[in-house]
Amino acid sequence: MAVRAQFENSTDIGVFSKLTNAYCLTALASSTNFYSVFEAELDGVIPIVHTTIGGTRIVGRLTAGNRHGLLVPSSTTDQELQHLRNALPPAVAIQRVEERLSALGNVIACNDYVALVHPDIDRETEEIIADTLKVEVFRQTVASNVLVGSYCALSNQGGLVHPKTSRSELDELSSLLQVPLVAGTVNRGSEVIGAGLVVNDWCAFTGLDTTATEVSVIEATFHLQGQTSAAVITEMRDSLIDNYA
Amino acid sequence: MVAMEYEPDAQGQESYILCADCGTVISSANGAGLCVGCLRNTVDITEGIPKEAALNFCRGCERFLSPPNSWVTVQPESRELLAICLKKIARPLMKVRLIDASFIWTEPHSRRIKIKITIQKEVLANTVLQQTFELLLVVHTGQCPACTRLAAKNTWKASVQVRQKVTHKRTFLWLEQLILKHNAHKDTISITEKRDGLDFFYTERNMAIKMVEFLTGVVPIRIKASEQLISSDTHSNTSNYKFTYSVEIVPVCKDDLVCLPKTQAKSWGNISQLTICSRVGNTIHLLDPMTLQQTDVTAPVYWRNPFESLTTVADLVEFIVLDVEPSGPVRGKYVLADAQVTRASSSGNNTDDDGMGDDGIYHTRTHLGGILQPGDTVLGYHLTNTNFNHNAFEALDQGRIPDVILVKKTYPNRRRKSRPRNWKLKSIAKEAEDVQEGGNTVGRGALGRRGGVDQKNVERDYELFLRDLEEDKEMRAAINLYKAEHPPAPGAADEDVGMGGESKKSGSGLKGGKRRNGKQASAAAGMDVDEDMVPAQPSQEAEGMEADDEEDDDEEEDFPEIDMDELLEQFDEMDMEDEGVAAGPEGSQVA
Repeated sequence: MAVRAQFENSTDIGVFSKLTNAYCLTALASSTNFYSVFEAELDGVIPIVHTTIGGTRIVGRLTAGNRHGLLVPSSTTDQELQHLRNALPPAVAIQRVEERLSALGNVIACNDYVALVHPDIDRETEEIIADTLKVEVFRQTVASNVLVGSYCALSNQGGLVHPKTSRSELDELSSLLQVPLVAGTVNRGSEVIGAGLVVNDWCAFTGLDTTATEVSVIEATFHLQGQTSAAVITEMRDSLIDNYA
Repeated sequence: MVAMEYEPDAQGQESYILCADCGTVISSANGAGLCVGCLRNTVDITEGIPKEAALNFCRGCERFLSPPNSWVTVQPESRELLAICLKKIARPLMKVRLIDASFIWTEPHSRRIKIKITIQKEVLANTVLQQTFELLLVVHTGQCPACTRLAAKNTWKASVQVRQKVTHKRTFLWLEQLILKHNAHKDTISITEKRDGLDFFYTERNMAIKMVEFLTGVVPIRIKASEQLISSDTHSNTSNYKFTYSVEIVPVCKDDLVCLPKTQAKSWGNISQLTICSRVGNTIHLLDPMTLQQTDVTAPVYWRNPFESLTTVADLVEFIVLDVEPSGPVRGKYVLADAQVTRASSSGNNTDDDGMGDDGIYHTRTHLGGILQPGDTVLGYHLTNTNFNHNAFEALDQGRIPDVILVKKTYPNRRRKSRPRNWKLKSIAKEAEDVQEGGNTVGRGALGRRGGVDQKNVERDYELFLRDLEEDKEMRAAINLYKAEHPPAPGAADEDVGMGGESKKSGSGLKGGKRRNGKQASAAAGMDVDEDMVPAQPSQEAEGMEADDEEDDDEEEDFPEIDMDELLEQFDEMDMEDEGVAAGPEGSQVA
């Protein structure tokens, strides 16, 4: 399911939230509307954490993470770190990264197995990413943009990338990530995918401006259509029957 | 070794996305993420550009208002009209790129003008949209300020009334030429002839002031300014005035005889009381012909104690020079000489008419010693047989008053020949003949040189003015003379103009050709035939005239011919003329 949301009149919800298969971070807002959207979808499934990072609300852009871990920038205070540690499941490793490119959400795009990173990122950071998030790290660009985190959204099912990504680049990236990739837009033609869309393996949240066409592209890309457990079983059974028939 | 780089094929370089609105597959090149149709639906680049505007149109003169405040005559559906229309939306158009504009035909009586405008504008990053829209202009009819003034009979805001209280028009003829040379009339909207002078009308006060200053520079004048309140607005504290400048030119003209009051003459360098006015620039130059003493009288000095002319050019009498003997003193071009003269008209029995009982020969002292030769004809004032009603003159010692005061040399033989002039003058007004052909004889010629109350006097003044020009090089230099393209037929324009009180038969010699353009010659001839035919002159008299001319041909070698070099071309293109004025107003004169 893809759900539309907006954060205090801003449709760039990827800036104010971080969604993984194991947890969700949302920024502190003046009202809980934004939080409620996430809560309606995820309550009881994964923990949803209200937090700030270094006192700012742009948690989505400052952090990077997946089911295995969460990377926070050096500006994160001890108190925030402690709060996150308390709120997140014990299986999730939290690591503060001393990185010049401190907007980790912008420079790292990852799913649970692979991460694309900014070509200029530190070697130490690269190692920390690989260790903490348990991923393979590739220095890459997306449609000639170095901010790979901003211009793509990845899950274990698929990925949406910058609309100007050429077909050959799509092929190259999807062979690295081992998931199908689609070039597309969010928020009615916006090309900053990472800012307009947060996604995990079973649900996605997009900006309020996102059109029906874009939602359908997102759902098709991330295999969100009818992804209830029953549907999954039906699909598996069909394929099994298909195989063994 | 050259590094090999991986170059993906062209096919792989392209990328396709779905349009965010309609889901069509589009190339992602436009950066908007939308197909052209959806983008056009979303973004209106004509936003902020008015689709309706008003045009101001003057019903009276059929001109359009071209903002901010000029009114221009334009053809319907012309480039100029399109420019005016587009000016209406100029400011919003600054933000977009104008590609095309054209008229859509509308019924003229609908008072609507429709324009199809195509514009381009960059929307989002490097995406340029082109759009066409219609602009509807409603033609609002009204009156332009000029027509409003005309309708309100309120065409002028300032006027200059130039007056000279003399009996002739020569000053104004001269002034006309000066005005033409200096192009001082370019702002004038109307010139009307009034008794003793002219009125110049202007739309703005400063134009009138400029004219007054021009006049101050060229003639000695007295100015009186007055204003009339037309309307006032108590709310905005503005009021509307009409300004009138009354300019009075001193009534003393060139060659006039002046008798100064005794005290005045004493204070001006103890000059003789009896002087002639030798020249009028922006001051009056007085000359005592007996001693060659000169004095300048500026306008303020004159108006403090105004004096009249004792007698004027109209009273000049012709004399024949019998003998001239320079007596020594020379000042500039003036040479003091003792002369013996006799009246040209007093042949035989006329001596007795003088009532003097003498031989009709007068001894006098003159300043014209440099140019007079025995046998020459000269104009002068005959004081012995003239009565004046003038206090200062009566106070003079009668024994010290000369019989004759010679003023200027004339060339009667040359005049008698009525030869065509090879030059002519411009006029501010229309040619008299033009109007004559139209049958309207009232108020012809702005400067009254043709027409007016008595046309005969005016024509005579004009002829005398032309002669003055011919005889005075200094005077000519201050104005523009033009080549006459079509020399008039010699016989056609023969008309006798006599001096003041003298009869035509007196042989004043002031007989000259009147200038005519070839085109109008036939009409003019028709008019002149009556005059010439009434006496039914036999042809032999005409032959006699011819013979007379021939024998005089070698006379008057010193007649001041006008060089062709002095004349200017292009008489007709007066408006195009370049007004490079070389001679300042100081060098000018007034007759």
